[in-house]
Amino acid sequence: MDINVLKKHAQNVRRNIIEMVYAAQSGHPGGSLGSADILTYLYFEEMNITDTNKASTDRDRFVLSKGHCSPGLYGILKEAGLIDDDIHTFRQLGSRLQGHPNMNYIEAIDMSTGSLGQGVSTAVGMAIANKLDKNENRVYALCGDGESEEGIVWEALMAACHYGLDNLCIIFDQNGLQIDGNVQDVIGPLPLKEKAEAFGAYTVECDGNDFDSLAAAFKKARENKGKPTVIIAHTVKGKGVSYMENNYAWHGAAPKEDDYKTAMEDLKEVN
Amino acid sequence: MAQETRNAYGEKLAQLIQENENIVVLDADLTKSTKTAEAKKVCPERHFNAGIAEANMMGMAAGLAASGKTVFTSSFAIFATGRAYEIIRNSIAYPNLNVKVCATHAGLSVGEDGASHQSIEDVALMRVVPNMKVFVPCDQFEAKAVIDHVSKIDGPCYVRLGRGKVEDVYNEDSVFDFDKIDVLRKGNKVVLFAMGLMVQEALKAAEELDATVVNVSTIKPLDEEGILELLRTHEKAYALEEHSIIGGLFSAISEAKAKTDIATPLYPIGVNDVFGESGKMKDVLKKYGLTAEHIIEVVKG
Repeated sequence: MDINVLKKHAQNVRRNIIEMVYAAQSGHPGGSLGSADILTYLYFEEMNITDTNKASTDRDRFVLSKGHCSPGLYGILKEAGLIDDDIHTFRQLGSRLQGHPNMNYIEAIDMSTGSLGQGVSTAVGMAIANKLDKNENRVYALCGDGESEEGIVWEALMAACHYGLDNLCIIFDQNGLQIDGNVQDVIGPLPLKEKAEAFGAYTVECDGNDFDSLAAAFKKARENKGKPTVIIAHTVKGKGVSYMENNYAWHGAAPKEDDYKTAMEDLKEVN
Repeated sequence: MAQETRNAYGEKLAQLIQENENIVVLDADLTKSTKTAEAKKVCPERHFNAGIAEANMMGMAAGLAASGKTVFTSSFAIFATGRAYEIIRNSIAYPNLNVKVCATHAGLSVGEDGASHQSIEDVALMRVVPNMKVFVPCDQFEAKAVIDHVSKIDGPCYVRLGRGKVEDVYNEDSVFDFDKIDVLRKGNKVVLFAMGLMVQEALKAAEELDATVVNVSTIKPLDEEGILELLRTHEKAYALEEHSIIGGLFSAISEAKAKTDIATPLYPIGVNDVFGESGKMKDVLKKYGLTAEHIIEVVKG
């Protein structure tokens, strides 16, 4: 693992995110930017997906349960060479880059998501399928902390624990914010670690914007046997764009021209 | 003979799961009622209980199907299509995944459990979802054939099954074509289009009415051509269903008819936009007008 290379990729993912949301004047930059390092680690270090096996199910699978962070997903797929779409078509009529991911348009996308909570549930199904097939590949699902307010997330975790799905890794992207404000002010889904442990999961906390911390967490997840892993990845929503950081107003808002310029200056290409 | 269509499902699924290694069955704590317990007996390793969590059961089904499995998923119709509706819509039907939602205890014939458990909207809910195919078998033989049929379709299907015993319409030797409606009796002037257990009632009523009786078991895609031809050749038509008259068979036929200049009047006999209630199956069906006697009364005016 070369941290500088990962940082460069993550910066490019962030630039892709801003390009997409600015071009579409629509989309969700905050959570996408915050999870860019998690996505970069997954696609460049953790998972065995490549351009040659992307159409197959016989590889590690990833479910973006927080489907509104599609700019992050398309951003990483573009950066990893798994799609060659013009990212500026994001959310435009006829584009494969739908507002929320569509698995039937893009081979590298493993599940159509957008309705919160359901992706975690589908990931449980994938992990069961791998167990049935004695397939050693792993299944990853990225879920928001706000998203954890959906009951199906916990139904899914209950099943994952019951069936001992140690091939499943659920990553809670804990940025503390959702559309209407601070998650604790809105309804209070935290703490996630204690809840997940009470369900029977193995939990790891990490800094979701730090590659060393992410590497350690995913290593522990791989070594864990007999139960699913829940990684609570603490992130900064809007990470990398000064005025978006920790500001829930940028959950689902697109930058105008001045904001776009500032963002791209903040996200200068890393050499 | 009289048999429950859910029993036929259980029996057929137990056969299919042994023949086809790709089949996985999910249930939500109702294995003995939905009869997926039969499949579990013969193949416990590919039967998973989701617990009382229908929403997650549907999500799990989607994930299994996205990994190449043919998934049968069962609960009572009210929970499968109601509680888990949006998961079926977004995670199964939108990605066009190979999941068969085989729901039992549909309609008022659930009986004693009452309105909370009597699904009268399930066909409407499933019919409106793109990619979803909808089947309502009327007896044990057709139920087995439908299950076999959907197991060979690559995509989402909804199969509506009942709790109570229903008389045989078909037999072991019957051959089914689920692309077409099935004209069971040819009569004059009046045509009765029936779905599910109303097929038996239509057949009983038809003797006195000299009516044509049609079993419409594939609600979607609907054999519009076959239905329109019968509308053209009859003077009056009725849609019979153990389902709300909103969104089910009556609606489906009305929609097909409305696109044409056919003037034949079409009337509904079904659940008239009301909830059901507790009672013995026979008594409930009678009270809500889902009997041969009521059909005769309505048709004779």
